[in-house]
Amino acid sequence: MNTKTTFGVPLEQVLIRRKARISVAVIGNPNSGKSTLFNRLTGLRQSTGNYPGVTVEKHVGTTQLTACAVELIDLPGIYCLSGHSADERIAVDVLLGRIANTPKPSGLLVVVDATHLYQGLYLLEQLLEVSIPTVVAITMSDVALANGISLDIAALSKRLGGTPVCEVVAKTGKGIEQLKVALEGLPHQPQRGFPESWPQLSLAAAQLSDKSGGSIARIDIIQALLHPENPMDPKMQNLLQNKSVPEIRERLFRGQPPQAEEARHRYLWARETVQEVQQHAPAISRFGARLTRWLNQPWPATVMFFGVMVLVFQAVFSWATPIMKQIELLAAAAGLAVTERLGENAFASFVADGVIAGVGSVVIFLPQILILFLFVIILEDSGYLARAAFLMDRLMRTVGLSGQSVIPLLSSFACAVPAIMATRVIPDRRDRIATILAAPFMTCSARLPIYALLIAAFVPQQYLGVLNVQGLVLFGLYLLGIAGGLITARLLKSSALRGPKPVFMLSLPEFRWPNTPTVLIKLMDRVKVFLKRAGTVIFSVAVIVWFLAYYPRAEINSVLKSGQPSVSLPAVPAPKAANEAAALQMEQSWLGRMGRYVEPIFLPLGWDWRVSSAVIAGFPAREVVVAVMGTLYAVGSEADDASLTQKLRSATWPDGKAIFTMPMVLGLMVFYAWCLQCAATLATIRRETNSWRWPVFAWGYMTSLGYLGALVIYQAGTLIWS
Amino acid sequence: MTLADLKPGQSACIRRIDTSKPGVVRLMVLGLTEGTMVRFEHAAIGGDPLEISVFGASISVRRQQAAFFDVAPEPAL
Repeated sequence: MNTKTTFGVPLEQVLIRRKARISVAVIGNPNSGKSTLFNRLTGLRQSTGNYPGVTVEKHVGTTQLTACAVELIDLPGIYCLSGHSADERIAVDVLLGRIANTPKPSGLLVVVDATHLYQGLYLLEQLLEVSIPTVVAITMSDVALANGISLDIAALSKRLGGTPVCEVVAKTGKGIEQLKVALEGLPHQPQRGFPESWPQLSLAAAQLSDKSGGSIARIDIIQALLHPENPMDPKMQNLLQNKSVPEIRERLFRGQPPQAEEARHRYLWARETVQEVQQHAPAISRFGARLTRWLNQPWPATVMFFGVMVLVFQAVFSWATPIMKQIELLAAAAGLAVTERLGENAFASFVADGVIAGVGSVVIFLPQILILFLFVIILEDSGYLARAAFLMDRLMRTVGLSGQSVIPLLSSFACAVPAIMATRVIPDRRDRIATILAAPFMTCSARLPIYALLIAAFVPQQYLGVLNVQGLVLFGLYLLGIAGGLITARLLKSSALRGPKPVFMLSLPEFRWPNTPTVLIKLMDRVKVFLKRAGTVIFSVAVIVWFLAYYPRAEINSVLKSGQPSVSLPAVPAPKAANEAAALQMEQSWLGRMGRYVEPIFLPLGWDWRVSSAVIAGFPAREVVVAVMGTLYAVGSEADDASLTQKLRSATWPDGKAIFTMPMVLGLMVFYAWCLQCAATLATIRRETNSWRWPVFAWGYMTSLGYLGALVIYQAGTLIWS
Repeated sequence: MTLADLKPGQSACIRRIDTSKPGVVRLMVLGLTEGTMVRFEHAAIGGDPLEISVFGASISVRRQQAAFFDVAPEPAL
């Protein structure tokens, strides 16, 4: 093929993007390095969307080959085509072309982890039944080699009926070019015979397919035979009414569960294949491998788990502070510059106090949220979250759940929305709902801004040994959220959601270093989501709050004049006068009037109308609270360069007593830990449980719990304090 | 003897599986089938769940399910 030229120019030099002509599904076991390979092949030419009707994310990218481009669809990692969970179902549905707007793939790229060849071969054999052109990519062969295992690729390819097999190291790019050549050859692949592992099943399905006149594909018949419990369309039902079918079933399954028989046949073949293609060499005894083996033992692993958690909270506080100080200074300087440039008028106030103070007060927390997400992504990518599930299963059993709930609960430290979606791996519906209702209690990244603000303002910056006291308080708040969630799950599991003990099983991936590009791509996704929220929801709320606080204008001049009627009184210093005017303006603004209405409800918690208004504004999205406080305490304040923390410290009741006393601050933080202030979470609960009952219950329950917690702490704390 | 009775570090070959019990078929799909050599690595704190390895892949199994797998242990080395 030396004629790959266009008008005398080598095709490689033609800089036009070729349109994707074929679409290939990328599929493999969880943690097989599938996403890393996908990212390597597509680079940044990928997009994330949703499959219609379900919330599983759809990742699509294109890779440029020499003569054409290929569209790659990254499917969720699965072990089999049996479809216990939503992820597995979507993968099967895409493969078999049952999803609207997603054409049936014309080829498969099956990713097999060389260190988990046994389980990889099982899925691979199931996929070969789909009988579309297939390429196999063997990943992690460098790790396998270090463990003393190399693979005979030619023998493996022969075992797979001549399916092309390529060894790739996604990290270094080794083997990627050969893989691209193999992808290019997909449309010209010759027809394969039946997979070797269970030819009787393939043959029976092929004969039934012939009976249907070829209108039903072999793979669809296999799926129907193996999963009699699944609903099937009338055509299939009709076909399986055939009088030969009971005899076929008996011959294939011998009265056993069909999937058990499938596992017996295919794994028998997989064992023979592994023995044939694996060549053993002396293992390079790496210190790292021995260390991880030691760390996986129960006690070291459990100690390390808590060590990692403490490290995360320390890092969130200590590492982010310098960057946050810079952003804070920048926001203050920008606000001041605007006021100087535009003078004292409504527009200047709008820009400085509404937009910059409001949105700026949330953007400040970007560094902390980045660090938190970075840790969660690394824990996920290194396979550590599954380890945590194993370690915590025993503990979760005491609240009636299983280790399977640990992964969603840990990821809800970043955000409850993806966490609630992640509960779809939990097979039992009752366990799943209990986990969904526990998830919003976990301290998500949106709670971080208010915690960070209050802790920085009111908890002393001291060290207890090596531990930062502020970090410890934050850790305590996380524990408070965990306790709230677990107690809730326990209560539900022993009342409304009572059921049999959950079955727990999980594949435990080995620890592996996360792949930097994969981590960065995931992190950028989260940053985009955060900034989009800051630019839309938080921006709008900040603007509305500014408007309600700025209008209607008080007659400041007349107030000032009438405020100084007699020269005999000691002269009021100018800043103080301005401050009083600002307070007066705030009080008679629309927001001030509204605040007065709700103040009685929150007075028992020690909140003034400004805190109350901020908390109410935070019900759609809790991080708005900081933005609202930023705006409320910025409007008309005399010291624009003072940080929000200083403004909070000096806030007083009309009688001069401080508003933010220790009991009030602690109560506010407890309210925050337990209250469900997130419309997105409620919408997700509604969608995932398919009823209004659970979101309504979650909202009412968590809000009352937060209110009661804050009430008890404030009232008891004030008694003890005074 | 069942999978739940092995000692840490002990290997065994799976002999018979009671497929009628809950959760058992799903463990078979992960590779625990008759004739497979498995190794009991260790249990989590509290003695449950168990970490079982098959051909280098680790699977977490609760004691309750492990007891449905009859095994022939290898003599301890």
